[in-house]
Amino acid sequence: MFAWMGQILRIDLSSGKVSKERLDMAMLRDYIGARGLGSKIFADEVAPNVDPLAPENKVIFMTGPLTGTLATSGGRYNVITKGPLNGTIAASNSGGTFGPELKFAGYDGIIIEGKSEKPVYLWVNDEQVEIRSAEEVWGKNVIDTTDMLKAATDEEAKVACIGPAGENLVKFAGIMNEYNRAAGRSGVGAVLGSKKLKAVVVRGTGGIKVARPDLFMETVTDARNKLRNHPVTGQGLAAYGTNILVNILNAHGGLPVNNFSEAAIFADAEKISGEYQAEKYLVRNKGCFGCTIGCGRVSRISKGKFKGSGEGPEYEATWAFGSNLGINNFEAISKANYLCNELGMDPITMGGTLSCAVEMYQKNIIPYTDVEVPLAWADGDMLVEMVKKTAYREGFGNELAEGSYRLAEKYGHPELSMTAKKQELPAYDPRGQQGIGLEYATSNRGGCHVRGYMTSPEILGIPEKVDPDTTEGKPGLLKIFQDLTALCDSSGICLFTTFAIGLPEIAQQIRTATGIDLSDEEFLLAGERIWNLERLFNLQAGFSKKDDTLPPRLLQEPMKDGPHKGRVLELDKMLPEYYKLRGWDDEGIPGEEKKSQLGLA
Amino acid sequence: MEKILVVQPEKCTGCRTCELVCSFVHTGEFNPLRSRITVFNFEKVGLATPIVCQQCSVAACMEVCPVGAITRDEETGAMLVSHDRCLRCKMCTIACPFGATIYDPVSDIISKCDLCGGDPQCVQYCPSGAITYQDPIKANLAKRKNYAEKLRVVYEEVV
Repeated sequence: MFAWMGQILRIDLSSGKVSKERLDMAMLRDYIGARGLGSKIFADEVAPNVDPLAPENKVIFMTGPLTGTLATSGGRYNVITKGPLNGTIAASNSGGTFGPELKFAGYDGIIIEGKSEKPVYLWVNDEQVEIRSAEEVWGKNVIDTTDMLKAATDEEAKVACIGPAGENLVKFAGIMNEYNRAAGRSGVGAVLGSKKLKAVVVRGTGGIKVARPDLFMETVTDARNKLRNHPVTGQGLAAYGTNILVNILNAHGGLPVNNFSEAAIFADAEKISGEYQAEKYLVRNKGCFGCTIGCGRVSRISKGKFKGSGEGPEYEATWAFGSNLGINNFEAISKANYLCNELGMDPITMGGTLSCAVEMYQKNIIPYTDVEVPLAWADGDMLVEMVKKTAYREGFGNELAEGSYRLAEKYGHPELSMTAKKQELPAYDPRGQQGIGLEYATSNRGGCHVRGYMTSPEILGIPEKVDPDTTEGKPGLLKIFQDLTALCDSSGICLFTTFAIGLPEIAQQIRTATGIDLSDEEFLLAGERIWNLERLFNLQAGFSKKDDTLPPRLLQEPMKDGPHKGRVLELDKMLPEYYKLRGWDDEGIPGEEKKSQLGLA
Repeated sequence: MEKILVVQPEKCTGCRTCELVCSFVHTGEFNPLRSRITVFNFEKVGLATPIVCQQCSVAACMEVCPVGAITRDEETGAMLVSHDRCLRCKMCTIACPFGATIYDPVSDIISKCDLCGGDPQCVQYCPSGAITYQDPIKANLAKRKNYAEKLRVVYEEVV
């Protein structure tokens, strides 16, 4: 077998049993790897109605066929489970070197099942696999855990672990690898916490072979040149990281402010921009494994009360802790982000939940007696304090740890939770971008921007510019983006490559690496298959058409100012057409014809 | 004129593309441990440093070899290993102060940078320009210029 290792590990934490299984070629061909393959195995083995924090839920770490090769930015792996934040099928994607290292150890992935009585970690040292006690690192943050586990195993080992947030079952805890890379969303870290699995430590010494070496090199070289020569992947992301988007979205009038309650224009955008970050705090650029882009920001706040160092903040975190909380202090934003990395939490949901809380406090919905410090807009000290409290579930942090939907529901105002399917929305106001609104509403993991990044055509003009304010043509465009993204995520390469390359380059990389001779269209169909598989799982888990929506604020309250003044998200105009193009019925249920076309019947 | 590999850690993003392409060109598989160049990532300070054979003029690997299996290529200046003559005694791996000469158990050879016959692939694929192949006399000009640039800024402020 080429590109895939053909083998996965199965770890039963309840019994302590470790086993190795071969992967089936037909399944690899249909579901490719990473997000697709992991979701297929998960959906086959886990009941959709499972309680995400029960031992019956499973967690699957899965790489793709291109992970660990010279393919364009092929450093990715996915964590697939049922997410405790919202109960959808979750696939959180991370870079760094953990995924490649797992393949060098000889495995495409790891299935974790059951629950350990005591804290443990998994030590995968090539063919030797052990479940070891994690008593000494339980309670430690991500940095100390990583250091201690490397010292206990191999200094060159790669560590994916949870921090205190995961242990404390914070609903949006992530899994961190190499200190700063995150499988961040949906609360995948809390599932590890519920299983008392602190970390997976991997050291691999093997190699990966591809089916057609010469053609693969030719394809990869061509695709890498395209990335190098593209203004976004060759220049913009390297110079300013993902925060290059701050000024772009602000100029567009789409940078959400104060829990989406104000016009999406932030007066101090310049002070939280990638340009400002590069000038003041950037130490150097950092690339994940095999990446030509190098968008990672090693950064440092060298003095003052927010002193710290680490990576980021990325655009989403900068927005979530910045304009969405009215905060213009980049040092406070950075500190909150470093803490999220160290404690193992998703900054998007952390920021979204806190901004929901601030809005409710300001409206006297949350009484002042319920909180230790006043919840005000534009308060960096409060932000940093609340991030810490949330990870440890101290005081009001215990409420924040449940995410904004449960919080707002508890106080009788679920409409103030800016979520889709109970997961916090990211940094693009859908009233200024109709396509991204449809993307949020239909995403299989709820509020999320990386399931069909419509900002690319709507704002950046990639692959070509479309009018952000029109609903026309958006359902069809979104379907292609969603299917292609599913394929990209499943191959093991980074989604950011799709600014510069598309289906032909992705398909040819998979084809020459694996030797699987499918056409471009057939590979794209694999993406559609994966999308429908996730949809079917969610439907069986109890989701329905009524969940394919957004908060009333975005559907009914017109944008207050800026280029999109007066606009709302016209979801009703797009959703029926979207269902139809997907081959789903009026209720959003995949039809028999579509299911049999995709082999899902 | 012979060129040399010039590594600039300050430009390295730690992506390890060089390891991938080197191992692939020389062994046919992607395997960082079989690469002749290795990047060390000091993750917490965000520093990454590629380590590779420096093709020393007085080469310890060559000096220590009991059978003269390591010789300098006249065209490229690379220290090359004759696998036919080599005893696999591995003294060269001990002698090299950089650890840049290794024994590859998979192919049973002493493995070290051969400058890809004068077209180093790590240089071709490095995304950040951290590894370049240059005339030795010009190699550090960029560094000197960077420093001069700082003086220029100070000078402009004063004048």
